[in-house]
Amino acid sequence: MASYSTNEFRPGLKVLLEGDPCVMMESEFVKPGKGQAFTRVKFRNLITGRVWERTLRSGESMEAADVVERDLDYLYSDGDLWYFMTTDDNYDQIAADANAVGDAKDFLAEQARCQITFWNNNPISVTPPNFVNLAVTETDPGLRGDTAQGGTKPATLETGAVINVPLFIEIGDVLRVDTRTGEYVSRSKQ
Amino acid sequence: MSKAWQPTADVDSLVKRAELLDRTRAYFRDRDIVEVQTSTLDQYGVTDVAIENVEVPGFGYLQTSPEYQMKRLLAAGMPSCFQIGPAFRAGEVGRWHNTEFTMLEWYELGVTLDQLMANVAALTDYLVGSQPVVTKTVAELLNDTFKLDLHEQNEAHFIDTATEEGLRGIRDFTDALDFLVSSAVAKLDVERVFLTEYPSDQAALARTVRRDNVEVALRFEFVVNGLEIANGYDELRDVVEFRRRCDSDNIRRERLGLKPKPIDPNFEAAMANGLPECCGVAVGLDRLFAIAMGKPALSDVLAFATRVE
Repeated sequence: MASYSTNEFRPGLKVLLEGDPCVMMESEFVKPGKGQAFTRVKFRNLITGRVWERTLRSGESMEAADVVERDLDYLYSDGDLWYFMTTDDNYDQIAADANAVGDAKDFLAEQARCQITFWNNNPISVTPPNFVNLAVTETDPGLRGDTAQGGTKPATLETGAVINVPLFIEIGDVLRVDTRTGEYVSRSKQ
Repeated sequence: MSKAWQPTADVDSLVKRAELLDRTRAYFRDRDIVEVQTSTLDQYGVTDVAIENVEVPGFGYLQTSPEYQMKRLLAAGMPSCFQIGPAFRAGEVGRWHNTEFTMLEWYELGVTLDQLMANVAALTDYLVGSQPVVTKTVAELLNDTFKLDLHEQNEAHFIDTATEEGLRGIRDFTDALDFLVSSAVAKLDVERVFLTEYPSDQAALARTVRRDNVEVALRFEFVVNGLEIANGYDELRDVVEFRRRCDSDNIRRERLGLKPKPIDPNFEAAMANGLPECCGVAVGLDRLFAIAMGKPALSDVLAFATRVE
């Protein structure tokens, strides 16, 4: 695998740090007037999402990580694995485990086009689209005509996730949900 | 249309820069310190391990600081003097670095290092505004921040602490020390600090003295908002010691795979002839101006900073 020297560091570069694939967020050249030059780098670990700060002596290099991002459509889950299909003409299926899917599992709607990060050809993270439509499978009976009150109640979605919804929402309603915040947006027309 | 032709700093900042430059000169004029001009291009470079000259094939080197030539002036009888001009350091480009930058270098005869530090603080007050200043020895800084004993120089402790602080690729004690000093400085919650009494192997061209049985360099660094602004010495006048330090630089250079550099014979001869007792300091003027203007990068105060790809 290729490697990058500190003078090639730039945001967006994907490298291996202590065995994990990371993306560089920022990199800064630091050097005392009368001392060794360093490069201070902020990384985001692509597996855990955590931010790591490391300083490398200038001239050191880091191994590139074989990381690619691809768009795939979500198909279904058997409880252990989540299955996705490639969007090209091959219709290949790819399975991601719970670690890779992470919190995205709450918002995987069938057919939703997700961005999957692969490391050495294995899926390591799944990002659902910003908005998805999901049906309500369980919630307290709706209070019709009470839309102005602004109160909320919990509702369980088809994925098992529980979100706060307005009081007028009923079982079977399809909701538009913001996957970045996990918040109710609107009742879908579908 | 490409905008690459445009200056990196906006015109208002460059006008402000001209005012600051004028104030800097006024500060020295009021104190009867002579402005001198030496050459940026010289046949000889420096042996310093951490500093690389820009080489000009067939001519020599762009100077990394006007130190040698200014000291030749002092040896020839020049009184206290200052210079504002370009200095060049190969491979140094970043938010707070530019290969070509503006250095203010000045030498005062008949002052102590403490007096020179007070003058550096006064110039900073004059350009940036007044702030309290703290003085700490390097040993105090490392002890306060990391509970490390500089004089014991326990290599394993230093390397472990540097590793914990996030440094990778450590070769030796010097790597760990350089890094720990700069990360301790970044953690300080005072805006202006003088670091003094450097380990003797980091004396550069400062005189050393014994303090509590430990050899320390009479050298200071001035740090403003976590950024190194100035580096000053009680100047070394012993030519034998100078030669010894250059030789040891070149040994370390060879060990690190860097090209050894010839010792500047003109500077060596000037020292042998006799340098007056003096203290001197180099100030990164672009940085100081950026701080005075509240700008977050050198490119905001340089007309044409090297663009970082």
